[in-house]
Amino acid sequence: MPNISVKINGTLTSVREGITILEACGTAGVEIPTLCYHPDLSLAGNCRMCLVEVEGWRTLAIACVTPVIPNMVVNTHSKKVRHARRTVLKLLLASHNVNCPECERNKNCELQELAEKHNITSNEYQTSPKPESIEEVSPGIMRDNSRCIMCTRCVRTCEELQSVAVIKPVGRSSSVTISTFMDRSLNDVPCTQCGQCVIRCPTGALFETSEVRPVWEAIENPDKFVVFQTAPAVRVGLAEALGLPIDRSTGQMVAAIRGMGVDRVLDTDFTADLTIIEEGHELISRLKSALVDGDESVALPMMTSCSPGWIKFIEHKYPELLSNVSTCKSPQQMFGALAKTYLAGKEGIDPAKIVSVSIMPCTAKKFEKERPEMRDSGYKDVDYVLTTRELARMIDEAGIDFEKITEEKFDRWMGDSTGAAVIFGATGGVMEAALRTAYEIVSGQEIPFDGLNIEPVRGMEGIKEAAITMPERMATGFEFLAGVTLKVAVAHGLANAKILMDKVRSGEADYHFIEIMACPGGCLGGGGQPIPTSPEIRQKRTESIYAEDAALHFRKSHANPEIQLLYAEFLKEPLGHKSHELLHTHYIKRD
Amino acid sequence: MSEKKILTATEQPDTGSALKKSLEMTSADVVFEVRESEIRGRGGAGFPTGIKWNLAGAASGSNKMVICNADEGEPGTFKDRYLIENYALKLLEGMTIAGYAIGSSHGIIYLRAEYPYLIPIIEKAREDLIRENLLGENILGKDFNFDIEIRPGAGAYVCGEETSLIESLEGKRGVPRNKPPYPVNSGYLFRPTVVNNVETFAAVPHIILNGAEWFQDLGIGDCTGTKLFSISGDIENPGVYELPMGSTIGELLEAAGAKDVQAVQVGGASGATITADELERSLSFDDLPPGGSVIVFNSSRDLMDVLENFLEFFVHESCGQCTTCREGNVRLLDAVHLIRNGEISSMEELEPFFQLAEVMKIGSKCGLGQTSPNCFIDIVTRFIDLPDGKGGA
Ligand SMILES: Cc1cc2nc3c(=O)[nH]c(=O)nc-3n(C[C@H](O)[C@H](O)[C@H](O)COP(=O)(O)O)c2cc1C
Ligand code: SF4
Ligand code: SF4
Ligand code: SF4
Ligand code: SF4
Ligand code: FES
Repeated sequence: MPNISVKINGTLTSVREGITILEACGTAGVEIPTLCYHPDLSLAGNCRMCLVEVEGWRTLAIACVTPVIPNMVVNTHSKKVRHARRTVLKLLLASHNVNCPECERNKNCELQELAEKHNITSNEYQTSPKPESIEEVSPGIMRDNSRCIMCTRCVRTCEELQSVAVIKPVGRSSSVTISTFMDRSLNDVPCTQCGQCVIRCPTGALFETSEVRPVWEAIENPDKFVVFQTAPAVRVGLAEALGLPIDRSTGQMVAAIRGMGVDRVLDTDFTADLTIIEEGHELISRLKSALVDGDESVALPMMTSCSPGWIKFIEHKYPELLSNVSTCKSPQQMFGALAKTYLAGKEGIDPAKIVSVSIMPCTAKKFEKERPEMRDSGYKDVDYVLTTRELARMIDEAGIDFEKITEEKFDRWMGDSTGAAVIFGATGGVMEAALRTAYEIVSGQEIPFDGLNIEPVRGMEGIKEAAITMPERMATGFEFLAGVTLKVAVAHGLANAKILMDKVRSGEADYHFIEIMACPGGCLGGGGQPIPTSPEIRQKRTESIYAEDAALHFRKSHANPEIQLLYAEFLKEPLGHKSHELLHTHYIKRD
Repeated sequence: MSEKKILTATEQPDTGSALKKSLEMTSADVVFEVRESEIRGRGGAGFPTGIKWNLAGAASGSNKMVICNADEGEPGTFKDRYLIENYALKLLEGMTIAGYAIGSSHGIIYLRAEYPYLIPIIEKAREDLIRENLLGENILGKDFNFDIEIRPGAGAYVCGEETSLIESLEGKRGVPRNKPPYPVNSGYLFRPTVVNNVETFAAVPHIILNGAEWFQDLGIGDCTGTKLFSISGDIENPGVYELPMGSTIGELLEAAGAKDVQAVQVGGASGATITADELERSLSFDDLPPGGSVIVFNSSRDLMDVLENFLEFFVHESCGQCTTCREGNVRLLDAVHLIRNGEISSMEELEPFFQLAEVMKIGSKCGLGQTSPNCFIDIVTRFIDLPDGKGGA
């Protein structure tokens, strides 16, 4: 597209033809308030927050949708515009349950921020009382429509990014609400609990089902032994959730959690490494059954199982493919099962006293821990799940100065981690970690990628593919794989997963192994991560993840010393009896 | 005035004669003739029809569409129903000419949900035309195919708005789209689409047969041709009247037998409300845009009741998509309640609501929210007595 000339607030600017007024103003350094606009989503143009004046037009233009045309004269802060914006804000606030101090999104709310920016201190359109709170609860997510401004960001997220489409505007006029089929609870519709809608909601209308209170109670109860595990992506999100620049903060995170009075600070990375060992062996064993034994009942491609939003999605939408999903539990649930067995033994603690808490970038993990299958330790394997945001709130509440705190290390037995585990937090990471280990198991050699960095499975492409040819010389027992080309695919965001699953179902795809993460970008873009989210933010978090990988001494899961100890002392062998009892699970078909 | 009736004149041209003449012209010439006639859309917004057809004809994209807007949801409007009941053949002929003009072979009539009894009438007209080779394949032996299907509306007023209508036709929730793109470039299933009102299509055969100049001479200035009005309310002879564009309200009221006039609503609930002193004003796009309906209120009516009804209608009919309309109409209605119960007693206190009305007009996504405040502004400034003595009658 050629460049055209437009005048913005009196200044001539050259911009690319076809971009919107909002984008043009962005390049000209002119800020325009928005609410329904979101960089990840289609354009709705319904909030009317971004109204601007275009010379010669009868009506104001909405900057987020309207394309620039040659010689357009735009004014973004004329009296008319300012007045229209203030009116839009007042109209939204007049029908909004404004109660910021008691709101989950206080100080992290786009509506509140705009009201403050535009000096809304009184509201002549408050002609009837504000609505009362109307909470709806599901395991991972809560809704309060009294705080909804009908921007439809959640609706577009669920439909466009996740192809789940369980929430829609229902009704019309002033009684329109965002709701589900027959106004059911999110728990009673095929919602994946991914929380992608939550991190794109500009207000406090959507938030996680908080477990902060019971976690404090457990910490404060001297009879309880509180064990925290922290997921890979939390360490690149926590600083941001505390209002600091995006950066990895593993050591500060550990210190802050310990500072809150938690008994053991351990790492989900440890069980991420464990997942790789178990899943790697599962893949090799499936390949062997298919290639050597000619067993046609073996389901290939094998698919990863660490993302509970993805698991719920496939249970609802592609139940016929459930046998393709690895039987490995997610790292969170492997951790939970081991915490109340292996760790209890190592620490000499009654497992009944252990309160197992996980810090996750994820809301679906709150749902996952409630699954009846997740009690293999004889107890509820994971008692509470907190999002990155909830952990940040606890750190704030404890008065810990995150910026000044001295870095500390994880506790032992289940605290060791490798770079392979850290990259679980990014799309393609599980695949990369699995390849690093599986290749070495079967060939006895390191995977031949520069610095172990398997670039083809990295990056933000929605669906990534790679083909890795095995060497001719294999380790004993794995000769059947000599020269075989392993085809893999990676998808993130359920809309991309759907594309891939349709191909698998139709037989069009001939992959051996597929990694799926429910959330765009992988866990680092999870529904429990800091708000807001955008492609740039996810890119920065991704860079932090790979920096952490590169900085770690061990970068292959099978090199994790504590994992080696775990097998030696407790599990004995991958896919062994104990593993099956504690680390593997099954799935169910859901309507 | 009777000699100036065309759409509802007793003498009607032979069915197919205008189509026959059109097919002997190039499609560009047909568009040109319509453009020269300066006919403006009869559905309310008054967009020049020839320009619309020209844009759709020039738009790139295949499977162009001709859609007739027969949703007629405006309260007090029944002129399109009247046209279909009596002149369905002419409507279908007008659509077919549009199809030829823009290069489309597919027409749809989006028929108001409450008008199912019109379906057999349209179906019969369609069959008659197909039998005469005026519709269907190789019309009149030419290399031109065109057929028309009837689709029942979704029952919401806002579905009369053309992009909402298109969404509804596509099986989606009927809410207006952002514009641009306009339907002429990307309408039904993203195809170039012409949407016109029933009356607009019905006028086309007359324009083709008698020429653009003849049509211009019927009206005033750039408001050409004649116009149908559905007139109702406190009058002796409610019904559909055809008058030249530019006629005065007085002339229309006289024809319909209005005796006691306090106020006249021109152009439906979203149109203008005028007083008995303003009957010399003209029904034209320059003065009182002539939407379908004219409603007369006599001196026994409380205009606050009228206003309350209108605003209740808009609160109810807003699709709820955009903030200004969804929330704005509610607040205007609240203001009416506050005036009624005495909590608002001065023009000064009403000022924020007039300002709100202005923002709704320039800040709403579609015509509904852009015009719904008209009744508030007109009635409150012209008819309401406030304790502070300012404004009102
Ligand atoms: C809320 C709303 C309702 C409308 N309802 C109708 C209708 O019932 N019939 C109609 O022809 N146009 C209606 N319109 C106007 C259409 O959007 C469109 O302008 C018209 O169909 C174009 O045809 P015309 O150019 O022949 O008038 C409505 C517009 C709005 C904003
Ligand atoms: S959603 Fe925002 S404006 Fe509303 S109560 Fe919460 S913080 Fe305040
Ligand atoms: S949690 Fe995910 S699946 Fe559920 S409504 Fe939100 S976006 Fe849709
Ligand atoms: S719930 Fe949040 S994202 Fe969804 S429409 Fe309401 S305010 Fe917007
Ligand atoms: S103006 Fe009203 S009817 Fe039109 S899109 Fe906005 S809310 Fe819907
Ligand atoms: S941000 Fe443009 S209309 Fe909402």
